[in-house]
Amino acid sequence: MSVTTELGPTSVVSGATLAPPARAWGRDFPMIPMAILGIIGFVALFADFLAPHDPQVGSLPDRFLPPFWYAKGSAAHIFGTDHLGRDVLSRLIFGARVSMIVGFTAVIVSGVIGTTLGIISGYLGGWVDQVIMRVTDTWLALPALTFAIFLAAIVGPSEMNIVIILAAVYWTRYARIVRGEVLSLKEREFVRLAIVAGCSKWTIMRRHILPNVINSSIVLGTLMLGIVIITEASLSFLGVGVPPPKPAWGVMLSDGKQGLMVGYWWLTVMPGTAIMLMVLSANLLGDWLRVKLDPQLRQL
Amino acid sequence: MKQYIVKRIGYSALSLLLLSLTIFLFIRLTGDPTALLTEPGASDEDIAAIQHKFGLDKPIWVQYALFMNSLFHGDLGQSFYYQTSVLELYLSRLPNSLLLAAVAMAFSLLLGIPSGILAAVNVGKFWDSAGKLFALLGLSLPSFLVGLLLILFFSVYLEWLPSSGSGGILHLLMPAFALGWFFAAAHMRLTRSSMLEVMGSEYIKLARLKGLPEFRVITKHAFKNALIPVMTLAGINLINMINVAVVVETVFAWPGIGRLLYEGISFRDFPIVQGVVLIGGSMIVVVNMLIDIVYAMVDPRIRLER
Repeated sequence: MSVTTELGPTSVVSGATLAPPARAWGRDFPMIPMAILGIIGFVALFADFLAPHDPQVGSLPDRFLPPFWYAKGSAAHIFGTDHLGRDVLSRLIFGARVSMIVGFTAVIVSGVIGTTLGIISGYLGGWVDQVIMRVTDTWLALPALTFAIFLAAIVGPSEMNIVIILAAVYWTRYARIVRGEVLSLKEREFVRLAIVAGCSKWTIMRRHILPNVINSSIVLGTLMLGIVIITEASLSFLGVGVPPPKPAWGVMLSDGKQGLMVGYWWLTVMPGTAIMLMVLSANLLGDWLRVKLDPQLRQL
Repeated sequence: MKQYIVKRIGYSALSLLLLSLTIFLFIRLTGDPTALLTEPGASDEDIAAIQHKFGLDKPIWVQYALFMNSLFHGDLGQSFYYQTSVLELYLSRLPNSLLLAAVAMAFSLLLGIPSGILAAVNVGKFWDSAGKLFALLGLSLPSFLVGLLLILFFSVYLEWLPSSGSGGILHLLMPAFALGWFFAAAHMRLTRSSMLEVMGSEYIKLARLKGLPEFRVITKHAFKNALIPVMTLAGINLINMINVAVVVETVFAWPGIGRLLYEGISFRDFPIVQGVVLIGGSMIVVVNMLIDIVYAMVDPRIRLER
């Protein structure tokens, strides 16, 4: 995108993107957020080998054990145990898997749907555009979490359904932004030349439009990752997300409420910290990508 | 002007129609509507009555007409659990939600506007970075987590504030802060960018050339104009707050709309869920329309653009 940026007053603002590519990926690369996401991804991938205990089976005599540094704590349960005597660390580790799978799949599915519809809507125009955009506007007006709860109440809780629900709720964000970009892209020379050269509409959309909007979609997707993970955790917390025996972080927080008033803080703080670290990292990565790939989206 | 308003109202009516159609189709096309719309364990007569009311044996467009007919009469269905109309339930909880949203809004503006101004006046310096960190934390800490941590600190350890329920002003503080937290970050970001835009304008240069002290320039000239977009966003967010409060209200057992929605899911009381999502979506469509119309009245450029 930066190739066509003219050396006008705007180039001062988007100066970072005019830098040569070698430097563009260096220097301010967000190492810590990437490392955190990398660790969560690694843990999620090898959960079966890393988790010291079965996340779904507990022993009732060991209920509410505090973390190991307390006198009552045990070295077998570093982060303590929950109300059923299940190991908190193991549940955190397997919870990473749930968050990663649900988060990434939902972002990818909603991104693909939204980008496709945005391109079709923007490029074809006419009644197709009208239909897609009216639906997009209407769905955008529905408050996201309420809409997701409504859908969850209809289809019932399961990991697969959560992905579908999140995709149904969030594709509109991509469609709106991508359509806006396509509207200006289709007036550009290279698209007109492609039309003159006899390319079909589908070829133009796929070969000429898509590569030019994909950056925006990726940036938006990274920024949506945090929102999607929070929504998943909220749904699980409310009992309409990932069904209970499965160790999702939102479910852990919901279970942890039972011990909150008696001061069993680790049941809240541990999964809470995990959610916060993941969302924070995703947001930092998204912010950085936005500046690097797409200065137009800075205002987002 | 009239033409614009008529057009804008028509457009909103279309949105509301699509909204009802979306909700309607999701219920009919994803599984068994009879199971959702009738009480679990209902008698055969009850089921037959519901099926008759919504015409579940009739073609789908007839069903939609019946559905819309009920909506126009303000009938959002009966709650299974409370045995009263959903609309009545909604209106009885609305004052609590508005109270919570108003206090949360006060928190978010008190936090967001000063920090936004501070960041804009010190671009690239310490306060700007601190503001960025604050905005990032606001976006990254989910409100239910903030709520739970507040309970842990102020109710369990310090024993200063009640952890749940409603009543006095003390019950309001934590839920309002947890709810306002996220919005504070959004208001801070907008205040900052809006201030920066205003500070670069000609009349601010003139005010400085006149020899006004910088403090007066910021408070008297820049702040007032920078506040307009922030107040617009705050208006929309007040409606958003009512709708996203569901997790916060669940954490603190605050008897608002969100809590009603939570009861709807946990008692498998589908009419409540449907009612809350329908009213929530409609509120946003209508508020967006009102804001557009007011803006068009104030600023002629907007209505000429479209």
